[in-house]
Parts: sequence; C-alpha cells; structure tokens
Amino acid sequence: MHNNSRRGFMGKAFGAVAGVGVLGSLVAMKKSWDPLPSVRAAGFTTLDMSIYKEGELITEQWRGKPVFVLKKTAEMIEKQTESQEKRDIIINGSHFMVAIGLCTHLGCIPAYKVDEEEFLCACHGGKFDWSGEVTLLPPPRALDIPPFKIEGNNMILGEIGPEFKAMKDSGITL
Amino acid sequence: MANFTKATGIKDWLNQRLAIEKVEKVIASEYWIPKNINFLWAMGMILVFTFKMLLISGIFLMMYYQPSVEQAFDSVNYTIMREVDFGWLWRHVHAVASSVTFLIMYIHMFTGIYYGSYKKGREMIWISGMLLFITFSAAAFSGYMLPWGQMSYWAGMVITNIFSLGGLHMDGLVEWIRGDYVPAQAFLTRFYMLHVLLLPLAIIGLMGLHFAALRIPHVNNQDGEEIDFDAEAKKYLDGDKKGSKVMRFANDFLSKDMMVLGIFLIFFFYLVFFNYGFALDPVNMDKADGLITPKHIYPEWYFLWSYEILRPFSTNVGLIAFGFAQVIYLFLPWLDRSSNAVAASRRGKFKIWFWVLLIDMIVLTAMGKLPPEGIFSTIGLVAALVFIALWIILPFITMNEKKV
Repeated sequence: MHNNSRRGFMGKAFGAVAGVGVLGSLVAMKKSWDPLPSVRAAGFTTLDMSIYKEGELITEQWRGKPVFVLKKTAEMIEKQTESQEKRDIIINGSHFMVAIGLCTHLGCIPAYKVDEEEFLCACHGGKFDWSGEVTLLPPPRALDIPPFKIEGNNMILGEIGPEFKAMKDSGITL
Repeated sequence: MANFTKATGIKDWLNQRLAIEKVEKVIASEYWIPKNINFLWAMGMILVFTFKMLLISGIFLMMYYQPSVEQAFDSVNYTIMREVDFGWLWRHVHAVASSVTFLIMYIHMFTGIYYGSYKKGREMIWISGMLLFITFSAAAFSGYMLPWGQMSYWAGMVITNIFSLGGLHMDGLVEWIRGDYVPAQAFLTRFYMLHVLLLPLAIIGLMGLHFAALRIPHVNNQDGEEIDFDAEAKKYLDGDKKGSKVMRFANDFLSKDMMVLGIFLIFFFYLVFFNYGFALDPVNMDKADGLITPKHIYPEWYFLWSYEILRPFSTNVGLIAFGFAQVIYLFLPWLDRSSNAVAASRRGKFKIWFWVLLIDMIVLTAMGKLPPEGIFSTIGLVAALVFIALWIILPFITMNEKKV
C-alpha cells in the first residue's frame, strides 16, 4: 500500500513534467508553422489609381492574390443599385470596384466577361456582377474587398483606412 | 537468465536469440486462411506491392527533386524527365502506382462491403483500413503539390480553403496551414515534408495495425461461413489437408496471391510504359501561376466522387455534405445493423443498397470530371443526395434483416 501510493505519486509527478513539455512543444510547433515575418512584411501594395481606363478590368497582385480593379463607366454608375453603390470606392471623383479576385466559395479566380459585364467562376459555376455581388450560387458572399487606405491618388492595399473600416463595420466586406 | 546452449548452426543460433521459427509460424506457415475465397482476396497483397513501388520510385525521385517554388517545376519536368537516365521511369511508376493504389483500394473496400467483412470482430480491420484510405488520400494530395504546376497550385488553393470552414471564416487557420497568404514556399516545403516523411511513417504504422487486426478474427470467406480455425488448423497439421477448411498463409495462399499479382503486374507495367497519360494531367505541365486559374479545376479521378458531393451545394451545406462523405464509411460496422457477415447477394435489401451505392459512386465520379453546367450539375446534385440518403437509410433496411 505504502509502495503503491509512492508509485502513484511518481506517476503523477512524471505526468506533470511531461504535460508541461507536451504543451510547450505544441506551442513551438504551432508557432513554427505561422507565416514568417518576411512574408507578413511583404503584404503591402500601393496602386496609382489615376492610370486606369473606364470599363477595363485590370488584375493587380497583393499578398500573392489577384486584385480586380475596375474603373466604372458613367453608364454603370447611372444604373447601379443602392447595394452595388455601397461597394464603390471613390477616389478623386472616380468610382472604382476593387476586390480580391478569388471566388468566395473556394478561391478560384473568376473570369470577367466584358460583354455580359459579369464574372464567371469556372470551378463551381458561381457568378458575380461587375460590382462584385453574387448573382449565381454557390459563392456565399460578394467578392471580398481588401483592406485599403486612400492617400491622394494612391490606394495602399494591406493598410486599414477610414473608408475600409466603414465598409467592414457595415458588413459590406469581411 | 535464459538458458543458452552452444548453437548447432546459424539457424539454431538465431532461434535461441530471436525465436525465428516461432515468428515464421505466427506470420506465415501457421497463419490460417480459409480455402473458400476468390481472387478478390488478393487485393491486400497487391496494395502492399503498389506501396513498395511508390516507396522505391519515390526514393529515386527525391534524389533530384528540388522543393523550392523556383526550381520544383523544372526539377521534375526537365531534370527528372529529360536529364536523369530512367528518370521518366520513376516518375511514371510513381504517378501510375498512386492512381492504381486507389483503384485497388476501392476494389478492396467494396469487396469488404459486399462480403460483410467489417463485422463480428472484424471492426478494427475496417477502421484501420479506412484510416489507411484517409492517410493515403493525404499522401496523394501532398504529392500532387510537389511538381508545382497549375493544377498543383490551384488544387492546393481550393483544398486548403476548405479549412476556413465556410461561414466560420477561419482564414487565420488557412494562412497557418499555408504559412503564407497563398500557397508559396512555406507551403511547398511543408507539404514536401508531409509527403516524404510524416505520411509514409503513418501509413507504415497503420499497415502494421491493419495486419495485426486481421490476426485474431482471420480473413472472411466468400460463403460467410464461421470457421473454427483451431479445429481446422489441427486437422490440417494432422495430415488431413484435403478435409481441412483452411490452408497455410505461406506458401499455400501466397502462391495464389502471387498468381493474381503476376497478372496485375502485366496490367501495371502496361500502364507505366504505354498508357501513363491518365496519371499526368496536361494542365499540370504549365508552371504554377497565382494570377491565372485553369479553366476547369478538378482533382484526380479517385477524389472526384467526394468533390462532386461538395460541388452542387452552397458553401456551408456543401462542406457539411463533404465532411459527411469523408467520415461516413468509418461508421459502416455500426450503421449496418444486421449480424449477417455473408455476401450481399444473400442479404435482400442490402444487396440493392450495395449496388446502388456502387453505381452512385461511379456516377458521382463521372459528374465530378464534367464542367458544372446544365444537366450535369442536376445529375450531380441528385447523385449527391442519393449518396447521403443511402447512408441514412442503411440502419433501417438492415435492422430487420432475416438471419441467414
């Protein structure tokens, strides 16, 4: 009996030591898989917004992801609905659709069909209109708008400015 | 201390120290296999062979492969395919063997389902087998990343996005898995590690468990006969080899196994030398580019059925359906409420269930390959719903099955 309780104590003592070790190594393993500081530091892109042509979709790159930039035509601005308008980013009087060019379903790049003025995702058939809103499932939400900050004619992707914050708070983007 | 005597020869010397004769009996000459089986019982040994082929060809590929985003594509498509003597052979063997492993695994699985070889003490065989299927799937996926072509990149993008778990938006988890915002260097190197070390280790361990799980219940037979292995083994050892219902694993059963393996080998090397194209997707012959999605992304044929269960639904429902499809086979021993461990042909409604499931899997596979448009998405949706319905009704149709 005396022996048993001593063995029990030794077992528990070992368990405590091993438990600390296991927890510590799990933390180290988790942290080792985090994106590296160099990867995080490269996560900012500055776009000069004065060079885009109306009605022409340009694909930029930010954090390795494609970013769609579409300067809206007067006709588009004219006909857009209230919810489409809320997604507008206005820089020096020009209206832009800026969105991460990855389908919100599983991340394929939707292709822009100029004639239909819409995006079609070839992976699972999802469709978005020219403002980035979903018109055909399965995508669960409109194209995501990357965090941005406006400085004069420039748009800095990766930084959070007041315009982006307002969009995020009102639930227009994630 | 154990009593060691002067050895009479090398065999005796080893026997005293390692009990090799006893080990040989346990794993080969006195491991008893029923006589009433057919060629479908050879699939396990074929899988051992295909795994061996993957291991050997993989070792040679590893010697020239460069796990870096700049060099990976060229190290496979130029160095291995053009410069290394017989490099093409290792790559074709590796690609064909991975595809064929899944083909044989599906035959092996559906043989088990058909003959009810997952019940009455054989549950652990089934579970370890399904765990092997899951680890092999992970190994196949991680290996598919390594040539760093367009399909590698975009399959990596789509599959890792699944971990954001739809409406839960766990983008942090996805970035953690990738080590970057998109699949990039960190992603390629960690999947390389998984593919060449961690997953093969897990597979070898699980194969040990799979064999060990077979040891006590023994393999099933095609008549669902409950054999008293001790009594039949005694009969065999007493000289009544003809009257006994069992035979030795080695060399009796193994000789039949090798016959089937021989036929398989002809088929396998026919594919390797003359028809390897199906295992090497042409889209993956373009280098990975994060700014161009291929027109139509689809997985290798062996994942198409579960991909098709994900595809026709909205994100959250699709993910739940997909998750369901991934794990439901594991629960087969408990969802099948009947105690009949016999061929499906003698089990009434279960017979229909089995063939509908098999056909549904084939339909899902075919639809998964086609673009998600028009009539194909409708057929895909129906097939996905049938798959889910089949598993839900299984307990009810087997509950009142007559004892055979």
